Amino acid sequence: MNLYRYSAPAAFYPIAGVLAPWFALAAALCALVGLYVGFVVAPTDFQQGQAYRIIFIHVPTAWMSMFIWLVMAFWSVLALALNTRLSAMMAQALAPTGAWMTFIALWTGAFWGRPTWGTYWAWDARMTSELILLFLYFGVIALRNAIDDPRRADRACAVFTIVGAVNIPIIYFSVQWWNTLHQGASVSLTAAPSMAATMLVGMLVMALAAWLYTIAVVLVRVRTIILERERGAAWLDATLATRRV
Amino acid sequence: MSVTERPGPVLAPPPGARGLADGATSDRAPDASTAPPGVLAALRWGLVRDLRIAVRSRAELGVQILFYVIVVSLFPLATSPERNLLQTLGPGVLWVAALLASLLSLPRLFASDFADGTLEQMALSPFALPALVGGKVLAHWLATGLPLVLLAPLLGLQYALDAEVLGIVAFSLLVGTPILSLVGAIGAALTLATRGGGSLLALLVLPLYVPVLIFGAGSADALRGGLSAAPNLSLLAAGLLVAIVGAPLAAAAAVRIALD
Amino acid sequence: MLEAHDLAARRGSLLLFEGISVQVPPGTALVVSGRNGSGKTTLLRILAGVTRPAAGRVTWHGRDVARHDPSVRADICFAGHVPALKDELTATENLHALATLAGERTGPLALRRALADVGLDARRHLPARALSQGQRRRIALARMSIGRQRLWLLDEPATALDADGLALLGSLVARHLAGGGTLVAATHQRLDLPADRVQTLTLS
Repeated sequence: MNLYRYSAPAAFYPIAGVLAPWFALAAALCALVGLYVGFVVAPTDFQQGQAYRIIFIHVPTAWMSMFIWLVMAFWSVLALALNTRLSAMMAQALAPTGAWMTFIALWTGAFWGRPTWGTYWAWDARMTSELILLFLYFGVIALRNAIDDPRRADRACAVFTIVGAVNIPIIYFSVQWWNTLHQGASVSLTAAPSMAATMLVGMLVMALAAWLYTIAVVLVRVRTIILERERGAAWLDATLATRRV
Repeated sequence: MSVTERPGPVLAPPPGARGLADGATSDRAPDASTAPPGVLAALRWGLVRDLRIAVRSRAELGVQILFYVIVVSLFPLATSPERNLLQTLGPGVLWVAALLASLLSLPRLFASDFADGTLEQMALSPFALPALVGGKVLAHWLATGLPLVLLAPLLGLQYALDAEVLGIVAFSLLVGTPILSLVGAIGAALTLATRGGGSLLALLVLPLYVPVLIFGAGSADALRGGLSAAPNLSLLAAGLLVAIVGAPLAAAAAVRIALD
Repeated sequence: MLEAHDLAARRGSLLLFEGISVQVPPGTALVVSGRNGSGKTTLLRILAGVTRPAAGRVTWHGRDVARHDPSVRADICFAGHVPALKDELTATENLHALATLAGERTGPLALRRALADVGLDARRHLPARALSQGQRRRIALARMSIGRQRLWLLDEPATALDADGLALLGSLVARHLAGGGTLVAATHQRLDLPADRVQTLTLS
């Protein structure tokens, strides 16, 4: 099977339309199962009580937030190297979801931190780099919106995404380094609660739900981007005329 | 590598001496045997030209330096003139002010070259664009970064910093401000021909400055805490090496995108 | 030989032109005309390799101009509608910077002679901000005369030039073509060129 064929927006548009509802359905099912396991089945933590249950949302979104930037960087490299339109559209479609994941991770992190460690915010390496990551997401979205020509926006955002991907580990490391110098004020966030098997299952199912949700949303968003950019293209008119889309 | 070599094919004697006779030879392919023009010559082109322009527009540079001085002087007024607090704040304030001053000067780097067509000529030159950009960044740092380094010990006196800490702050700025110019050049090139100019530039560049700020300000902090400043400075120097290699390439790519 | 194969360009979602193929042999000129917004400047920028075409490719003696090949670059002189001058630098310094950037090594005498040829001898030490639009254009002419590039890509070269300036441009272009050079000019004004060496392309 020639996967390369699907890299053309014309071929990808209908496939994405078929796949998106299935991914959305699978995401909803996983989320239901994951939330049930997390909030009903999993035992109460003997240290943190019920409050720890927010990690079933916090941890998967935090994973996704970082992973999405890497995926964007991957598509950006492809977009610059091969000049493929679809890979730049993928990167563009991922950014808002990445920003949301980062925001949810920060927000839930704060509400987890308050009952657990007595503070909404600590200048911990993970929290600080997550905050900077949120700024980077805002940056790439703002850069896209500031450039009128979509092709030029694609390539400018690709350069910024790659530079950001190089910087994120450095940011993480630097904040950690800085934090060890300032031990006085820090709370130890590294002592994760020892996890029961059911907790782990719940978390993994929720992570899977986050994945499937991201894929579904990105497929829908790429279709929107294709509609926007290819308006007037002959293939699009033909597709829209023959299919219920 | 010679800085005096002549790039490109040698076609004809100087203008005026050209005639029909050259026509016989001028349908040959471009001369592939000519070595590409030197990186040093390209660096020098950007450096000399931009320094000359900087010297002739001194007033603008003065404003940027004044901005630095004023920002540094505001912090004690906003907090407290208490000696211990000032000593704690001092290195960080000098660094944050340097970050802001650097940010303020970044639009100058490419904007006028973009507007007057020079950037086009650079992109079309036989010289390597990253090297031309590198020369410009070097000139930019000499004109806007180096004054901050030289002023820092003086301004540090406002914060009752002792000589050793002043020295480390100045040295960390010496290693760190070139990174600000290099990384900033990427942002300056990316925001060419965009709506939102200055604030967009800040949004793109300031998060990328975070490690520089941490290692830079951290070096003086470590010293005040009785530790060695060396690890911070080594990491800063490593960052400088990475930026020297990577940033001109990324900035040159961004310039080409802006011209497209 | 400059060859363009099946070029297309868009601005945003708007198609400027497509299916443009031209061959410009040495010693001849291509004049691109068309109303404002028809894509003359874009076509010239594509030929120079600054702008990427939406489709097609451009070669100079068989080599792709979009690659950043120094030997191709050294052969192309692109004069955009702004003459790439810095207000803070003098006429001589501006000319020197542009010539160096094009890979020329020029001494003070050559610079002075080139400026004298375009009638700027008396103003060679004035900063460019003190020069009129026409005089700034003349620096661009001096730069063309000093270089050895065999392909000239000129965007509206006649803009802001007076009668003397136009004559100067005409003689430079004639000498360039006679010497086996190639010229592509985008203009909506008439250029005085030898008819047997000119082809025209009108963008609609």
